Amino acid sequence: MNPSSRVFELRTSPHLHTPRTVETIMRNVIYALLPICVYAIWLFGLSALALLVTTTASCVFTEQWICRMSGRESSIGDLSAAITGLLLGLILPPGFPLWMAAAGGFIAIAPAKMLFGGLGFNVFNPALVARAFLQAAFPVAITAYTPALALHRFVELIPSTLAIPLMKAQSIVAWSNSVRVDAFSGATPLMMQKFDHVSTGLWALLSGQRAGSAGETPALLILVCGGYLIVRKMADWRIPVAMLGSAGITGAVFYMIDPVRYPTPVFVLLSGGLMMGAMFMATDPVASPVTPTGVWIYGALMGSITVLIRSLGGLAEGVMYAILLGNAVSPLIDNLTQPRTYGAQGKGSSAPKKEVGA
Amino acid sequence: MHLTSWLTGNGSPRGIHIPEFKEATCHLPIRRLPFAPLLIVPLSQHTGSPAVSIVREGQEVVRGEPIARADGFFSVPMHAPATGRIECIALAQTARGDRTPAIYLRPYPGASQEILYGAPQDIERMSREEIITAIQDTGVVGLGGAAFPTHVKMKLPEGKSVDTVVVNGCECEPYLTTDHRVMVEQPSQVLYGTRIVMRAIGARRAIVGVEDNKPDAIEALRKAAGAHPEITIRSVPTKYPEGAEKILIKTLLGKEIPSGGLPSDIGLAVFNVATLAQIGDLLPRHQGLIERVVTITGPGVVKPGNYLTALGTPLRWALEQVGCKNVSSVILGGPMMGPAISSLEVPLTKGVTGVLVLTALDLSENRKVYPCIKCAACVEACPVQLNPSRLGLLARKERYEEMETQFHLNDCFECGSCSYVCPANIPLVQYFRVSKQMNRERKARA
Repeated sequence: MNPSSRVFELRTSPHLHTPRTVETIMRNVIYALLPICVYAIWLFGLSALALLVTTTASCVFTEQWICRMSGRESSIGDLSAAITGLLLGLILPPGFPLWMAAAGGFIAIAPAKMLFGGLGFNVFNPALVARAFLQAAFPVAITAYTPALALHRFVELIPSTLAIPLMKAQSIVAWSNSVRVDAFSGATPLMMQKFDHVSTGLWALLSGQRAGSAGETPALLILVCGGYLIVRKMADWRIPVAMLGSAGITGAVFYMIDPVRYPTPVFVLLSGGLMMGAMFMATDPVASPVTPTGVWIYGALMGSITVLIRSLGGLAEGVMYAILLGNAVSPLIDNLTQPRTYGAQGKGSSAPKKEVGA
Repeated sequence: MHLTSWLTGNGSPRGIHIPEFKEATCHLPIRRLPFAPLLIVPLSQHTGSPAVSIVREGQEVVRGEPIARADGFFSVPMHAPATGRIECIALAQTARGDRTPAIYLRPYPGASQEILYGAPQDIERMSREEIITAIQDTGVVGLGGAAFPTHVKMKLPEGKSVDTVVVNGCECEPYLTTDHRVMVEQPSQVLYGTRIVMRAIGARRAIVGVEDNKPDAIEALRKAAGAHPEITIRSVPTKYPEGAEKILIKTLLGKEIPSGGLPSDIGLAVFNVATLAQIGDLLPRHQGLIERVVTITGPGVVKPGNYLTALGTPLRWALEQVGCKNVSSVILGGPMMGPAISSLEVPLTKGVTGVLVLTALDLSENRKVYPCIKCAACVEACPVQLNPSRLGLLARKERYEEMETQFHLNDCFECGSCSYVCPANIPLVQYFRVSKQMNRERKARA
């Protein structure tokens, strides 16, 4: 052909681009979360399903609403709101009242994410901010755990799920005792360990057949699903390695000090929300450092703080606050660990440049 | 660094793997493109002062005859790429977009196109200065794309010495295969050129770095280098931008060029293989550079290949010879660093390594730009360990000065790796080009 009558597209180099986009990454995070959601529903029944649907819908609707209110293009297409919703559902107790969960979804998106400027600008992980809010606002509901594999879980909801907004919630202790299968307790392994010094079996911890937040219990499954993201290079492997490693080491130190009072390092790693936090929350790229050294420090910091809170603090679980604290210091870590650039002379700074007069 | 490369300790930590797209042309021998009916030889095809024309309108010239002289040391002469008549000396379109003076030469259709200029010279008996002058006379510039006059690199500043010559045979840009074919087909010229340069510069040894995706080139060079123990052929990992001199030096010797410095600061000089092949070919006969190998390829080209092209061949004519379809964009050089051009009236000059014709399908839709999610893919990719993520945020806020003073903006050589990997489609390297320009302008005002 004759290329004469053509109009050329003018772009600046590079003219090639990786096919991977933000949306690809987010979609894969959802793929990685779905097996955990399904397992949570199998463990805790209809209530877990209702909880996940509520938090996800609440997050997506809030984001859509704020985008419309502020007159900007809808950003729900990047799927980050849906991820926040799923994560929030997975870290709440399965019988958590739905109206509170919906409020949590609103908190996660409106103040914790959109107020900062939306995806990429939030300082803290939105799902964790929402959980921190719910923990402060509803301290009873958020510690009301129900046993896994309860009877009739696929035909009836946990009574607290449909609690009426702003009314005093009824206690679910009696219900828990009536539906539980033998040996399944309504207290989480961490609570039992901390307050009653009763340890939980390894298999219960690995398989997640124990009380806990809807999606935080199956340590093994979370490890596999998080591993999928790492293999696809969509999550930074160094953060979970650093976080779990430092939690294990800190836990081992406490265990060596007093083996009766403190749990074994293996228990530390597999109990509570540590696995979920390390694989899916701490690796949230937006709130973690970008420098190679920084991510190690960030992960190690969160791991050891988790164990410190668990061992020395008044709470049974410390992952949430540890990660929020990690998020808070992440910009500082970034600033302090700027990589040494190629050819830099002396400490940190490059040689004075020869200037070319224009 | 990703888990697998961290565990295996494989290769240099930074840089990216990109599809190579070299299969279309890497096995095709170099073939000559016919002479265009009108050649346009710009007087400025190199970095430095433009050459000064020494011909007049209507003058008949013989192929290889000097038609423009160097304007001082930082300049090179031009030679007639064909036997013919000078039509005029007028402005011509360049790839950068501006118009510069050029010699228009109309080749005689019936001429034998034999190179009659030049005389044998004994390089062994020439002094270092004489060799450097002779190299300037050939008009050779960096044929890897920079078009920096080669003899200028060989004239070392007072107190500097070069111990090792690094020969760059990486050709890490996708699609391009000119250096590859030159190494396969002209290994002895490459090595002879290397030895000439070593002599002129006083170097003790030379290391040729070739990416390991070109085993045939490595084999050809090794075979040719058998008798010369001072030249070693090294295979380097195939990774973009391995062919950037800073990165190649780091891979081969583990040394770094100081920020803002030159290879000669650490006793090195880097030359491209095609440049050395031309020196090895032209210098013994004291001839001038009149043609070069250009890879014409891409999804929009019917007959892709490595074409020996007379300097000054208009791009339109070259593309008509190889055939084009569904052209949406034409790029001079490789797809990572080459500029897209706006006009086909541009002539092919000394610095053009390839012509890449992309179709509408390749550039497809306008990519949606997301906010930075700080995934650190760019930080992992940056070959000089900058923090493109932070630099990009600062550029958006127009904090150009901070980018330079605190985040080493000027160490960026614009390889484009950060823009390539960014999942948010943020045009990072484009921001950095603008930022550097803004800094230059601010300093010019001050």
